[in-house]
Amino acid sequence: MTQRVQQEVLLEARDLTVGYGHTRVVEGISFSALSGSIVSLIGPNGAGKSTMLKTFAGYLRPLAGSVSLCGEDLQRLDNTRRSRLMSVLLTDRVRTELLTCADIVEAGRYPYTGHLGVSTREDLRKVRAAMELVKVWDLRDRDFMQLSDGQRQRVMLARAICQEPRVMVLDEPTSHLDIRYQIELLDVLHHLAHEQGVAIVMTMHELPLARRISDWVVCVKDGGVALQGAPAEVFVPTVIDDLYDLKPGTFDSLTGDVALFMGTQPVATREGGPRAST
Amino acid sequence: MTMHEGETRTGQPQASVHDPRRVVRARWVIILLVASLLLALAANLCLGSVRVPLDEIVPILLGAHRGETAYQVIWNIRLPRLLAAALLGGALALSGLLLQTLFSNPIAGPYVLGISNGAKLAVAFVMIMVVGDVAIMTSWMSMLAAFMGSLAVMAAVLVISRHVRSAGTLVIAGVMIGYICSAATDLLVTFASDANIANLRNWSQGSFSGINAEQVVAITVVVAVASACVFLISKPLGAFQLGESYAQSVGVDVPTFRIVVILLSSVLAASVTAFAGPISFVGVAVPHVARRLLGTSKPLLVVPVTFLAGSVACLLCDLLARSLFAPIEMSVSTVTAIFGAPIVIWVLLSRKGREV
Repeated sequence: MTQRVQQEVLLEARDLTVGYGHTRVVEGISFSALSGSIVSLIGPNGAGKSTMLKTFAGYLRPLAGSVSLCGEDLQRLDNTRRSRLMSVLLTDRVRTELLTCADIVEAGRYPYTGHLGVSTREDLRKVRAAMELVKVWDLRDRDFMQLSDGQRQRVMLARAICQEPRVMVLDEPTSHLDIRYQIELLDVLHHLAHEQGVAIVMTMHELPLARRISDWVVCVKDGGVALQGAPAEVFVPTVIDDLYDLKPGTFDSLTGDVALFMGTQPVATREGGPRAST
Repeated sequence: MTMHEGETRTGQPQASVHDPRRVVRARWVIILLVASLLLALAANLCLGSVRVPLDEIVPILLGAHRGETAYQVIWNIRLPRLLAAALLGGALALSGLLLQTLFSNPIAGPYVLGISNGAKLAVAFVMIMVVGDVAIMTSWMSMLAAFMGSLAVMAAVLVISRHVRSAGTLVIAGVMIGYICSAATDLLVTFASDANIANLRNWSQGSFSGINAEQVVAITVVVAVASACVFLISKPLGAFQLGESYAQSVGVDVPTFRIVVILLSSVLAASVTAFAGPISFVGVAVPHVARRLLGTSKPLLVVPVTFLAGSVACLLCDLLARSLFAPIEMSVSTVTAIFGAPIVIWVLLSRKGREV
């Protein structure tokens, strides 16, 4: 696989403090997500990973510091421009009535359609491409509510893809999925990052998967970023045991060898990785 | 139905993203509803205590037979009444559709959330306590009072919705607010000393009777503008169906959109209550009927079909209300409840297993 020579900084946090109202959840966050790379946020439950993602996605205002998206201050970007640059996959349970999977995916074309939201042929072509990439094209006429959790998650991913973002923000995309769906989903993310140059920022609980898929890992604990680095630096027993308050020596037993990306090459861990802007 | 037509129309060799039968189905639904609307309009025009034969109706509408009873009945009573029923029925159904989207609540509607009764209380208050005479109350004054009442209850429901998670609890709270407003209105009406009190009592139960031409003009203006606005926000309404977070992520300005939906649903509900009083269940039930008929909940189709279905429903219910036990007239709310409430129960049952 040819390595991209030039990588742009697409999402950047500078001295960012995130939280709700007066409650500061995580402070002093500085990192950048480069085009074509996957950044995973890991850390114990309640550490503030989701709060970070909500701030990156523009749902919460930064309490201090700033987030920039493709070089522009996220707070100043207008809604349409922002939505053409960034899409999200959340843990919210979407409940719909009488909407097919194709309808759901088509909703991702919102930033591009006209005043009444009627899709052009081009929009529909992109809906189809996204559905085929995620392997849900056969489900297009099915009612969204009648699908399994795994199928729904893939449909929602197709929706985020056909929004044609440069940055994708995903909150626990693999939770509630069985191992096969987890691998297929990560396979798609890998393709988006490494073939299409999308920057992916996501939270992960499955450490073996995070280790394989990520180019850069940010460890969040006790209201701050404890450590960030390439997977090879982060996924070592001392770091992980400390991050999750495990008994020393526990982590090694967790790293069962998981063969990701059926049939294709596993992700090569790059030397250096994305720079942290400190 | 005509499956083949839809398949060949797209002219693409490969399968299309959406089932082409959906467009065909929508076309049939609209044709069917327009036909029912015309039939219902004709029936409302012809039927009643004064029988006007069909072959006299057209000349009368064109201006013949001036001075005859039939002419008076058609032009002064039936025409304003049926126009009001058609327009306000559509308005009520659209208001329900907006509220269901706003609260992500399948059983929301202007009546069950207490908004109709809030508007009723405000109109009665202004009529009896401020103006003091039903006769000099203009259409626009009623409309404004009703709008204020709607907004006040809407504000209360919005505050409650921040504290309750269950859609059912929100509706129960709304029903209670409605009872309070209705009881307060009854008190006002009881103490009112006005010759038109009988009329007021009819209105406070929900009725299309006594609507005059001047009011029809006001209704037409407000309902047409507000309904056109609802159609124009079909796109963000669709995005909102996936929840606020996803709507925001595709570029919907959520706070502004919420305000627009609150104002539009209040205007629509208020215009109904100002002239016809609180009418039950049309707002909750009709949007579901529209979605089921279409087989989709895409707002671009659901908005116009909901309006049409609301018109047809109110015309037919009004026809029943005034002709079933003629010369005694029932309140139209009684009739709409008989048909609407079972639909709401059916909606609840069909969602069994999901937290409503």
